[in-house]
Amino acid sequence: MIINHPLLGPCDAQEFTYKGDARLIDRPDGMAEGSGPAFYDYAYLRDNPAGEHRELWFHEQGDRSWLVVTRNTVTHDIISVELARDVARSMGRSR
Amino acid sequence: MRYSGFRVLKEALTGHRGWTPAWREPAPQPHYDIVIVGGGGHGLATAYYLAKEFRQHRIAVIEKGWIGGGNVGRNTTIIRSNYLLDGNEPFYEFSLKLWEGLEQDFNYNAMVSQRGILNLIHTDAQRDAFTRRGNAMILNGADAELLSAEQVRREYPFLNFDDARFPIKGGLAQRRGGTVRHDAVAWGYARGADSRGVDILQNCEVTGFRIEHGKCLGVETSRGFIGAGKVGVAVAGSSSRVMAKAGMRLPIESHVLQAFVSEGLKPVLPGVITFGAGHFYCSQSDKGGLVFGGDIDGYNSYAQRGNLPVIEDVAEGGMALFPGLGRVRLLRVWGGIMDMSMDGSPIIDRTHVDGLYFNGGWCYGGFKATPASGWCFAHLLATGTPHPTATAYRFDRFERGYMIDEKGMGAQPNLH
Repeated sequence: MIINHPLLGPCDAQEFTYKGDARLIDRPDGMAEGSGPAFYDYAYLRDNPAGEHRELWFHEQGDRSWLVVTRNTVTHDIISVELARDVARSMGRSR
Repeated sequence: MRYSGFRVLKEALTGHRGWTPAWREPAPQPHYDIVIVGGGGHGLATAYYLAKEFRQHRIAVIEKGWIGGGNVGRNTTIIRSNYLLDGNEPFYEFSLKLWEGLEQDFNYNAMVSQRGILNLIHTDAQRDAFTRRGNAMILNGADAELLSAEQVRREYPFLNFDDARFPIKGGLAQRRGGTVRHDAVAWGYARGADSRGVDILQNCEVTGFRIEHGKCLGVETSRGFIGAGKVGVAVAGSSSRVMAKAGMRLPIESHVLQAFVSEGLKPVLPGVITFGAGHFYCSQSDKGGLVFGGDIDGYNSYAQRGNLPVIEDVAEGGMALFPGLGRVRLLRVWGGIMDMSMDGSPIIDRTHVDGLYFNGGWCYGGFKATPASGWCFAHLLATGTPHPTATAYRFDRFERGYMIDEKGMGAQPNLH
């Protein structure tokens, strides 16, 4: 698979380490009331879809950026690639 | 029809006209006591033991494609019970004991061959870990034997003992481990279940569950609604897709694992060898092909095919261990979809829906578990209580903090 890095252009997927579902960006607040069930859901449960999947890839052998790759899990086609930083900021997660 | 040497002789003399199909092709009935979703090894074994051991009646196995077309026909056929943790080892040893009596039990030649499995040791730390594992196995009634480098050399003289990165310093052997003809496992269980009245419904895809007031009343399928007193789901790589139809999210990711077979060779490899440090394991089939594999590709996939970098990595591992393989040609490569759980161990449990039961999360270790998985799932379906060897395989172990994490990798399925 070739991942079209937003800054570096096309890179072999072998340069990356796979983390999983991009929902892992959205970490619950551990200080909040009743955060136990929320963390169980966050750490252990997955949608695991057959089809389009937004997922985190880490460019470990490259510029060490985190990417959000939208990929089809049935065909392995990559549909879009974004910087995880931009995705997190658009969700209001970063200052 | 009972299979025997006498029967083969009789058929040989009468032109082989007396053989009948090994199972029927019945039409779906409107209602069954128990419906098993998934006609793979685990589903068929469940139906077989439900009928034979737990005296249940009116059972159906529903399969989207054809039986034995999924992971039971895609694995590398190895059986073993060399686990460490208390939640796992009694279960896998129960499974290995069932393998030992399986062919007589279901009257089918599954070619169970206890040729032994050997895990190679390369470092002092690995020797410590394997010594501990061997002791845990022996404490649970399994067999284990720690071998020195010299003992390994006597049995496998052709391995690369002096590799600069991973010199072979010994091994942990389980003599009762080995290989089984995987397709015959599906066929044997299917025939055994069918002959006890189980309806095997092929080309019948589950499209949904009918759930009313928290109780599962049956399954919607591509061949119409089928009512059921209880529904058991054993669909391996498709677990998340199927259980999503019942409104569940699972602690599972689906990943692709590739496997390989070489051209046929004369007997070169007496047992199963695993080279964990180099991500390579290998055995030789009775046809002569070297059957081998390595790691999962590492990304979510439902594609039943992988990518080239892993093929290269596995081939490199093979060459590092077994340099004599260099000129052997690869015959086939294929992929299967693994239901990788969050701690690397399976789930056999009821769900929050009354009458709906789940069996899955087998990661890439489901084949060896087939008999015990079927038996324990049948036990749960028939009696409502978990089998004594499967009490740890609960859904809520993640939330309660009772993980069965053999590798200690945490909630990162592609590392188990």
